[in-house]
Amino acid sequence: MKDFGYTVIKQRTIDYDQFDGRLLSDVLRMEPSFKTCLSCGGCTATCSANDLVSFNIRRINLSLRRGETYELESEIQKCMLCGKCMLVCPRGINIRNVIMLIKKSILKYKSVQL
Amino acid sequence: MKHIVIIGGGIAGMESACALTDAGHWVTLIEKEAQLGGKLNQWSFLFPDFTPAEKIKDTLFDKCQERDFSILLKTEVKSVQTHQKKFNIETFGGQKLEADAVVVSSGYELFDARRKEEYGYKIYDHVITSADLEKLLRPGSDLSVAAGKNPKRIAFVHCVGSRDEKSGNHYCSKVCCITGVKQAIELKKRLPEAEIFCFYMDLRMYGKHFEELYREAQEKFDIQFIRGRLSEAAEKMDKSLLIKAEDTLSGRPLKMNVDLLVLLVGMEAGKGTATAAAKCSIEYEDSGFLKTNDTFLFSNFSSQEGIFLAGSCTAPMSVNDTILHARSAAMEVNSWLRKQ
Repeated sequence: MKDFGYTVIKQRTIDYDQFDGRLLSDVLRMEPSFKTCLSCGGCTATCSANDLVSFNIRRINLSLRRGETYELESEIQKCMLCGKCMLVCPRGINIRNVIMLIKKSILKYKSVQL
Repeated sequence: MKHIVIIGGGIAGMESACALTDAGHWVTLIEKEAQLGGKLNQWSFLFPDFTPAEKIKDTLFDKCQERDFSILLKTEVKSVQTHQKKFNIETFGGQKLEADAVVVSSGYELFDARRKEEYGYKIYDHVITSADLEKLLRPGSDLSVAAGKNPKRIAFVHCVGSRDEKSGNHYCSKVCCITGVKQAIELKKRLPEAEIFCFYMDLRMYGKHFEELYREAQEKFDIQFIRGRLSEAAEKMDKSLLIKAEDTLSGRPLKMNVDLLVLLVGMEAGKGTATAAAKCSIEYEDSGFLKTNDTFLFSNFSSQEGIFLAGSCTAPMSVNDTILHARSAAMEVNSWLRKQ
C-alpha cells in the first residue's frame, strides 16, 4: 500500500466498555487473594527485576483490571519469580501464583485463537 | 434545679438530654421538625455492621420516653439573650424559657448535589445521591432503572461536595468513604450480577471495622476501586451515563458507561447551624461548622460561656461519634453548672 505519510494515533483513553475480562476472571477465580490489591506499590519497590529493567508489578494488576492484556505477555517475562514481593504485600497476596496464572491464561487464550 | 435548653432534637440532642436528666437537671429539648431523630430518620442501615437505623432511633426514643424532660416539637428558636448569667430563650411560638446553660446540637445538612452540575444530579434520570440510594436500600424497594431492567453497571463517586474548592468545602466529610463501601456491598447483595465501581481520591477508613469492611467489599463482593475523580457524566440516548475520570494509578484517562451513578454527598453545617450560631452569638469556622474552644480538651465548649456544643454542628461526624460527643457535652455542662 502506498504510504501517504499519515499516521493514526491510538487513543490513550482506557475504554472500559471494550473490556476483555477473560484473563482477569481466570486469575481472580484461581487466586482470590488478588482481589484485595490496594495498589500500594510495596511489591514494585522491592522487586529485584524492577531494579534492572522497567517492570512494574503493581501495574500488572491495573492492566488486568482495565482489560489491557496485550502488553502483559512480554511484561510478565521479566519476573524472576523470586517472591520478594510476597514478603512485603500488606494484603498477603500470593503474587508469584498470580504471575504463573497470567502466563497460563495467556497461553490458554492463544491456543484457542490458533 | 438547673434548667438546660438543648437546641436540636437529632441524636446528639436526644443523647445529651437523657444524660443531663440523669445528672439531675431539668431539660427542655427543642426540635423544629415534627419528630425527634434528625437526619437519622432518612437512613436505613448504618456502617460498619448494617445495624438498622430504626433500631438506634427506637432505642434512643425509648430512652427519652423513660425520662422526664420536656420536648418541644415543631418549635424554632427566635432569640437567645444573655442576662445576668441566665439565658432567655424565645421561640417563634412565643414561648419564653429561662436557662442556666444551653446546648447547641443543630446538626448538619447534606451537600446539595445539584451544585456539582457536571455530575448531572436532577438533570439526568439515573444520577442519585447516597441519601436517595439509602431509601432504595429498604427491603422490597424497586432498584430498576427501566421497566423490569436492573442496573448492570453502577458507579459510586466519592467526595461529592467534600475536599473540593469548587463546592466551597475544603474539609473531608469523613463518613462518605465508608458509606460508599457499605452501600456498594448492599447493592451487590441485591444485584449479584451487577458490576460495581467506586471512584475515589483517597479511601479514609478511619473507624473501627471500616478497613475490614473495605477489604470484604473487594474480597467477597468484587467491588472495584478506581483511584480518580470523575470530571463529568453525560447522559446517552438510552439514559445510561458515560462517565470520565483519570485512572490515576495507570496515568491514563478512562471512560465507561454505567446504568446508575451514585454521588456520595458530604456534610455541610447548613442553615440550621448557621441560624443557631447567629442567634446564640457564637463563633463558627470558615467551613461553617461551629467553633470549639480547642481541638483536644474543650471540644464541647463554644466561644461563649454557658453555651455548649454537641455533635455534627461542630464537624462531620458518624452516628457513633455524635453520640459520644453528645454524652461528653452533657458531662461538661454538668461540671460547669456545679462550679457556678
